[in-house]
Amino acid sequence: MVEVQFRFRDDEAVNDPAVTVDAFTEQSNATAVRIEPGDDARALLPYLDQLALVEVNFPAWTDGRGYSSARILREAGYTGEIRAVGDVVIDMLSHLKRCGFDAFAPEHPLNPTDAQNAFERWDNVYQATADGRKPIWALRHQS
Amino acid sequence: MYKYDQYDQQMVDTRVAEFRDQVRRRLAGELTEEQFRPLRLQNGLYLQLHAYMLRVAVPYGTLNSAQMTVLGDIADKYDRGYGHFTTRQNIQYNWIKLEDTPDILADLAKVEMHAIQTSGNCIRNISSDQYAGAAADELVDPRPYAELLRQWSSFHPEFLTLPRKFKIAVIASETDRAAMRLHDIGIKMVKNDAGEIGCQFYVGGGMGRTPMIGPMIKEFVPLDQLITYSEACLRVYNRYGRRDNKYKARIKILVHELGKDEYARQVEEEFAHLLSQGIEPPLAELERIKPYFDDPAFDTGASDDLDLSDSDFRVWVERNCHAHKQAGYTIATVSLKPIGGIPGDASADQIRLMAQLAKDYSFDELRVTHAQNIVFPHVKKADLYTLWQKLDEAGLGTANLDSVGDIIACPGLDYCSLANARSIPVAQKISERFGSAEKQAEIGELKLKISGCINACGHHHAGHIGILGVDKKGVENYQLLLGGCEGADTSLGKITGPGFDEDGIVDAVEKATGVYLANKQEGERFLDTYRRIGMDPFKEAIYG
Repeated sequence: MVEVQFRFRDDEAVNDPAVTVDAFTEQSNATAVRIEPGDDARALLPYLDQLALVEVNFPAWTDGRGYSSARILREAGYTGEIRAVGDVVIDMLSHLKRCGFDAFAPEHPLNPTDAQNAFERWDNVYQATADGRKPIWALRHQS
Repeated sequence: MYKYDQYDQQMVDTRVAEFRDQVRRRLAGELTEEQFRPLRLQNGLYLQLHAYMLRVAVPYGTLNSAQMTVLGDIADKYDRGYGHFTTRQNIQYNWIKLEDTPDILADLAKVEMHAIQTSGNCIRNISSDQYAGAAADELVDPRPYAELLRQWSSFHPEFLTLPRKFKIAVIASETDRAAMRLHDIGIKMVKNDAGEIGCQFYVGGGMGRTPMIGPMIKEFVPLDQLITYSEACLRVYNRYGRRDNKYKARIKILVHELGKDEYARQVEEEFAHLLSQGIEPPLAELERIKPYFDDPAFDTGASDDLDLSDSDFRVWVERNCHAHKQAGYTIATVSLKPIGGIPGDASADQIRLMAQLAKDYSFDELRVTHAQNIVFPHVKKADLYTLWQKLDEAGLGTANLDSVGDIIACPGLDYCSLANARSIPVAQKISERFGSAEKQAEIGELKLKISGCINACGHHHAGHIGILGVDKKGVENYQLLLGGCEGADTSLGKITGPGFDEDGIVDAVEKATGVYLANKQEGERFLDTYRRIGMDPFKEAIYG
């Protein structure tokens, strides 16, 4: 199993093996599931309470479906870990985090300094997303 | 026009730092070219046949003199003394060194410019009507909405690795001057029965190898739901757009395969969900943006009189000027299509001269058009003759707007690694064949567009006459299309038949215009005659 290199959670790491979405929805006692790019994250919505870990796989970092999957889970109120796995590269990190990812297990470990810089890159953001940050338009109009 | 506040400036400065770091990692060998490619593309940097090309964003085609001056300076400092204005209302430089690009971006950031998302599989620079804020026929100025979308789409974390590129246009008049329905999303500002302004959404248009005219999927989106609805459109595309075949990855294929009603239904479902997510900026943000696009301080007593005794000037006024909403003013277009020239090219000196003239005669504002020309949006008629003389002295006084010499052409095989055939030499030959004032006057409005491959960057599908360069067993070959049109009555051109070599295609164009001249009725343009008499007489003349 690939190691989690970055984690932004205080709770204990979940190490249960993740099952596929199909397997999960059929035999539902697992607590960890892995979403592939073609899976519908909304299939998990009835089970959010029992889930502690959702891995979102990026077989290729240029396939951006996983960003939507993560946001959909967060928008539905899921508060457990969402872990990016697979072809996770430096330049995705801040965007993944904005979409609700809070753990990162890149297939090829990343340079820690570069990763740190990437996570801290954007002091402000234009959009409201799953990370709860105040977008620039909110900063402009706060009373 | 819009001015950055501290936040906008910080975003652009941060991007410069990020890209500088990416280039450093590439040059240090930490990134392979394969890994670097999507990153540089999201910053408008292409690797072409001979060098890197950098595409700089001109949001909704609007820029001021200081910005235009810097565009000229970059051409001198980092390129070969010229720049190329593009069909996306941007400018690109064809001879760039990778190691210079962070410094170029830093130069641009100083005048509130950037190259963010000018290529790559993300939301591209938002385009708009080049006459926005000046045209007599617009409902509202579309640019505040385009600016709102610009900010929303910049570094949108969910939509940076879409199935394919994504282009949005916003217009606000019946005369569509931005080819709105040939965009992934076309937004038309409209007024509903209650008198409220809102957005009409057209989704799934595009050119490329499978041209499609975007269908309307939502008649009216209120202004305080514009971002939320756009986000819903994008999310459905990001999740379900095809990724198995890059030639079927544009949203037009998704909309076509699902059917517009089913696509609209899925968007509606996502939209209903997203409305509860608090992602919409308050209307106060639009109200903050709007005053930047207020009218300049027009002289309301300015006269509409024009001395047209200089016949060259008269021809230029008739061809290149457009009705302004303010009495005493006009909209003047500078054609970057001199006879025999390269469409859209301008030298550094010409760029700086236009910057100065805009400052002197157009309230410090210029526009780039999707037809690769430059607009002075607010010229007092009393200044028009002086302006024209100064342009003409610099080789910028060509009077051929929307005529056969005003050709749109992609860079083609002279620069582009995707091209199958050269576009520029064909454009030059046609321009020379039809360039005389008499010929142009005789033929009138005729939009001719040339692409060097089926990706259609030269908009050949939308040309009254379109030319498509293909590779036929290693030889450049050119197909002829007739009847395409952008605008309110958008239509796609049809191929006449077998293709031609470089000289043959120029002859074929001449034969086609000959059929028009022989058949035209009073007041008809080439396109009108074609639509009335159909393809057959043209085929007969060309192949008979």
